[in-house]
Amino acid sequence: MNNSEQLIGRLQPLVGVFLLIVFWELAFEMRLIDPVLLPSPAQSFQAFWQGLQEGTLWGDLQRTIVRTSISFAIALVIAVPLGILLGSSDKVYRTLEFPIDFFRSTPASAMFPLFLILFGSGEGTKIAVAAFGAALAILFSTAYGVMNARKQRQLAARVMGASRLQVLTDVTLWESLPQTFVGMRSGVSLALVIVIVAEMFIGSTDGLGQRILKSQMVFDMPDMYASIFAAGALGYMLNLLFIVAERRFVHWGGK
Amino acid sequence: MQALNTLLQRQPQAVADTVKPPRGQVAGMDLGHRWYAPGTHITIRGLDKRFGAHTLYDNFDLDIPKGKIISIFGPNGCGKSTLINMIAGILPYDRGQILFDGKDVRETRIGYVFQNYREAVFPWMRAIDNIRYPLKYLKLSKGEKDARIDKLVESFDVKIDLNKYPYEMSGGQQQMVSIMRSLVVEPEVLFLDEPFSALDYEMTQFLRDRLQKVFMEKPVTTILVSHDLDEAVYLADYVLLLSRNPTRVADFVPFDAPRPRTAETTLTPDFLRVKGHSLEIFQREVRK
Repeated sequence: MNNSEQLIGRLQPLVGVFLLIVFWELAFEMRLIDPVLLPSPAQSFQAFWQGLQEGTLWGDLQRTIVRTSISFAIALVIAVPLGILLGSSDKVYRTLEFPIDFFRSTPASAMFPLFLILFGSGEGTKIAVAAFGAALAILFSTAYGVMNARKQRQLAARVMGASRLQVLTDVTLWESLPQTFVGMRSGVSLALVIVIVAEMFIGSTDGLGQRILKSQMVFDMPDMYASIFAAGALGYMLNLLFIVAERRFVHWGGK
Repeated sequence: MQALNTLLQRQPQAVADTVKPPRGQVAGMDLGHRWYAPGTHITIRGLDKRFGAHTLYDNFDLDIPKGKIISIFGPNGCGKSTLINMIAGILPYDRGQILFDGKDVRETRIGYVFQNYREAVFPWMRAIDNIRYPLKYLKLSKGEKDARIDKLVESFDVKIDLNKYPYEMSGGQQQMVSIMRSLVVEPEVLFLDEPFSALDYEMTQFLRDRLQKVFMEKPVTTILVSHDLDEAVYLADYVLLLSRNPTRVADFVPFDAPRPRTAETTLTPDFLRVKGHSLEIFQREVRK
């Protein structure tokens, strides 16, 4: 009884996937939508599989992964130290809060033309805009985490003899880590979004964004769905990766 | 002994009332040269603390004897925690001087136990590493550090696995870790800010017993804030009763029942007398 309940519990998430595919298949069979626009799940899956096998989808996926990773890494290296600096001083924070919040609220895609002028129409712009968007998300989260570190833990360290710097490294940084991870998770999602958009509209010959747009233009719908699915899977995997990392490195978070 | 106690009890007011600053000096400015009783550890002179327009402490004097447990008890808002935080150096004061055997707080090894253990221990460290943490600020070899910890673990008679993380422990166990962390440096002064108020009765008794045991092995000047008069008297060598603010010393009551004290101690005439007297003063202060 208990075992079968557990099994049902585990299978529950798959039910949604199953329902979606059944619904899709039905829509296809009943010709609810023009089959040219909506191919069958089997056709789409075949396109996905072939794309991976033959390597062109795989190659585009790789390009997108590399671009997203580089932008995220740049964002991380810039934003975490700045966030700590920003969060550890009330005065600095209050001075810079408005401009940073303003830029964070500015859609990163609005910066494309500006970055095109600065970095040209090559790789640089795509990575720079994505890094810009991700960095602001991480920066704010890190600063927020540092500012909201439990005062009593900092006092506890001070009373034991810690210097200001030691309070920062031994307490405040650890305290801010859960928030930093929240920022990293939204930062990497944002970086992926921006990279895909940039691949669509800023002179690209590869990458998932470019592939989606190209297959739409030539009406290769199975390949378009396959590419969209690849982008979705990538986003999902990145999120999952960060959740696992978070559990590993911030095991005390929320407890 | 009684004479000394009476002296200690009277002394803070006596200083304020009778000792006039030498001619040519502004009252209270020459804080370092006033007389204090033998056996005094901490001297507080001319302490002022304001929160906005509200004066909490105004020219407050107090002497705290060495190697004794002092329980602080008083009406709500009289500044019990404020006082120990100022002594412990985690809250600034507006004027005055607090010295430990003539040293200031940064030159003194102190242990501090917070009421809220959840936000005092470091959840990213295992319990044992929490306890070890303050040792990094002492110049000890690794062997000496290990020996300190082993000794402490032994005298606390710890039954739980100290390799757990704090969030895997009960509240009482976390507070025990916090208390052990404060004791591992062998502090000159130990501050306890309502350390048991969030714990269940069984754990409270356990921790009180352990504290008494450690204290009997090596007496350390201890300042305990308590909102429970029974507990305040039970643990104390002196009960410091504070008035409504601006806060004054309402009384400094000695209680010299032998240790280890047990449940029976709370039934002795001496205990009841000290508790009754303290309660009387407390109620007088509350009504003011």
